[in-house]
Amino acid sequence: MAQDSDLTFTGRLAGLAGAPVRLLFRMLELPLAAIQRGIGVRKMPWIFLLPNLAFFGLFVILPLFINFFYSLTGGIQLFPSDRPFVGTEQYGFLLECENITDPQTCREDRFWKGIYNTLVFVFFQVSFMVLFSLITALILNREIRARGFFRAVFFFPVLLSPVVVALIWKWILLRDGILNAFLVSIGLDKILFFVSPEWSMFWAIFVSIWAHMGFYTLILLAGLQAIPPDLYEAAEMDGTSSERVFWRITLPLLWPNMLVVIVLALIKGVQIFDEVFVLTGGGPGTATQFIVQYIYNTGFTNQVQNFGLASAASVVLGVALFVLTMAQLAATRRKDDA
Amino acid sequence: MPDISAKPVRTIGSLLTARRGGKGRLHWTDVFTYFYLAFGIFLMFGPVVWLVLSSFKTSSALLEFPPTFLPLGQIEVQVEGYEKPLPLYEVKQEDGTVTQLAQIRRIGIVSQMVDPQNPGETIQVPIDQRSEVREFRMAWDNYRDPLERFDFTRYLYNSVVVTAIATLVTLLINSMAAFGLAIYEFRGRNAIMLFVIGTLMIPITVILVPVYLVVTSMGMINSLWAVILPGAATPTGVFLLRQYMLTIPKELIEAARMDKASEWRIYWKVVLPLTMPAIAVLAIFSIMWRWNEFLWPLIVLNRSEVYTLQVGLNAFQGELDVQWHYILAMTVVTLIPVTLVFAFLQRFITTGIASTGMK
Repeated sequence: MAQDSDLTFTGRLAGLAGAPVRLLFRMLELPLAAIQRGIGVRKMPWIFLLPNLAFFGLFVILPLFINFFYSLTGGIQLFPSDRPFVGTEQYGFLLECENITDPQTCREDRFWKGIYNTLVFVFFQVSFMVLFSLITALILNREIRARGFFRAVFFFPVLLSPVVVALIWKWILLRDGILNAFLVSIGLDKILFFVSPEWSMFWAIFVSIWAHMGFYTLILLAGLQAIPPDLYEAAEMDGTSSERVFWRITLPLLWPNMLVVIVLALIKGVQIFDEVFVLTGGGPGTATQFIVQYIYNTGFTNQVQNFGLASAASVVLGVALFVLTMAQLAATRRKDDA
Repeated sequence: MPDISAKPVRTIGSLLTARRGGKGRLHWTDVFTYFYLAFGIFLMFGPVVWLVLSSFKTSSALLEFPPTFLPLGQIEVQVEGYEKPLPLYEVKQEDGTVTQLAQIRRIGIVSQMVDPQNPGETIQVPIDQRSEVREFRMAWDNYRDPLERFDFTRYLYNSVVVTAIATLVTLLINSMAAFGLAIYEFRGRNAIMLFVIGTLMIPITVILVPVYLVVTSMGMINSLWAVILPGAATPTGVFLLRQYMLTIPKELIEAARMDKASEWRIYWKVVLPLTMPAIAVLAIFSIMWRWNEFLWPLIVLNRSEVYTLQVGLNAFQGELDVQWHYILAMTVVTLIPVTLVFAFLQRFITTGIASTGMK
């Protein structure tokens, strides 16, 4: 019986992928059967978990501890054994400010500029993205024709790589680009978008909303479709106004999804780097340099690769993300209860 | 949950007359809805369409301001007595008539031209009185040159290798872990689940330096393995597959054990084939993640032979700021695979995201 289904299954895989897949199965079958004879069935789950745990351990858990250690060391060497222990000096350097509301009075002003830029970015990006995701989800939830098509339209940019997204918009926003051609055609002057700090920040926010909105729309749409339709029918019978239906039925029932969307958007927003790095390069000056770019520049592009400082900054980022993730877990739990 | 999208669009008319609740007068919200959707198409697809159209323009056409919508090329004509084809211009005569002349050469602000019907006589025309005669034409060189002259074929190859191997590794180790967590009851299972949940919170942006150290210690800097391995174990993948495997009846596995199948054989021949729908979703996501990855490859790949397409494209746009005709064409090449995956698997992707929240 087992042999029989074996034959039909392997027969079906007789394509291009068939041979390597069969080979992989054969290669691992004998040693794993031998292990099973040695340790017994009850210990086998550990064997199945081993590769994944090894990867997690090597590339996530171990680095997490090394990261903390790095942040307590100085010097320019990469290997921790070559690095002098300096205690909290790196943190002291990062946090030394005469007046923390003004980055220029800090010793590491680029770090603080990065934090303030990130805060400004996250505030506007998250609020507008959640707002437009909600509007889009509400519209896509109506009884419109070709809903699948429209859902795809709003979702498509989510799949594009950050580099592609940035280059598309860079091309549109060039000095002689199509947007400036439009401005000239309606009688306005050309705008040098990437020379102005305000416009650069605006386009950083706009482009990241453009690229990610579809993802959040989809989560909200799933939430809207889970609302029982009889609630709306009952409201219609009672002659409730549509504004009231929205505030009293739709929004409260959608709230768990909204919470997940807001926190997820915050977590992603704090980590903004790729799109903006390709779009503006962090400029003009440091106008669109965010905290991840600070870590990247400090650790990997400056002439002196300051791994200790980069690690200290990433510990600060990690703490912020930890708090946000806890908030997300709490929000998800509430959603499951509801 | 009625799925409207399953109904075909009958006519444009029926699309435009869909009402709130299906019947009755046209409510202002209906007007707003279709205005919003039309604007949505323009805003979401417009930039991509503009990119694709622009990528077929010649480098000189790209410098034009205001830009033309379609890629156009100047018509060239073969004139008797001249070896090479000559570019064709429309020239405004003093009496107001317009004739088509071919340009032999340009000297300063004067252009030497010839009438293709009457090649013997050379005509002097000030350059501001002529304009190019153009037709719709695609500049395929934009695509051919970077693939032949620059390293883009190599970047393309690297990206394909990274995406393919990383996806295979991810599918194998994540499905094994999911099998271990879904099929067995063992002491420490909850601890492992907690451990896996814990890793969800740690994005690579937080541990860039130490992962770089680990990768360096393993001698993998400037090797594609440095991109493939660190992201191979994804908590979301383990979760997705485990949830799916939990629905497989325990009796099936017991029956296989009775038949003396080894645990590995049960995993590979019984559970894995039944988990194929979830594996397919994870495979699609893994392909998109890996193809689009940028920050980590940027850090560990410093030599252009090992650049992936994303890193290569970024480096290319930084170095050669004026060569937009190549940049645009290669951007189009970069977005083709995900667009194809999306076009064929749109429903899988959107339902996968809506139900698991992964991107």
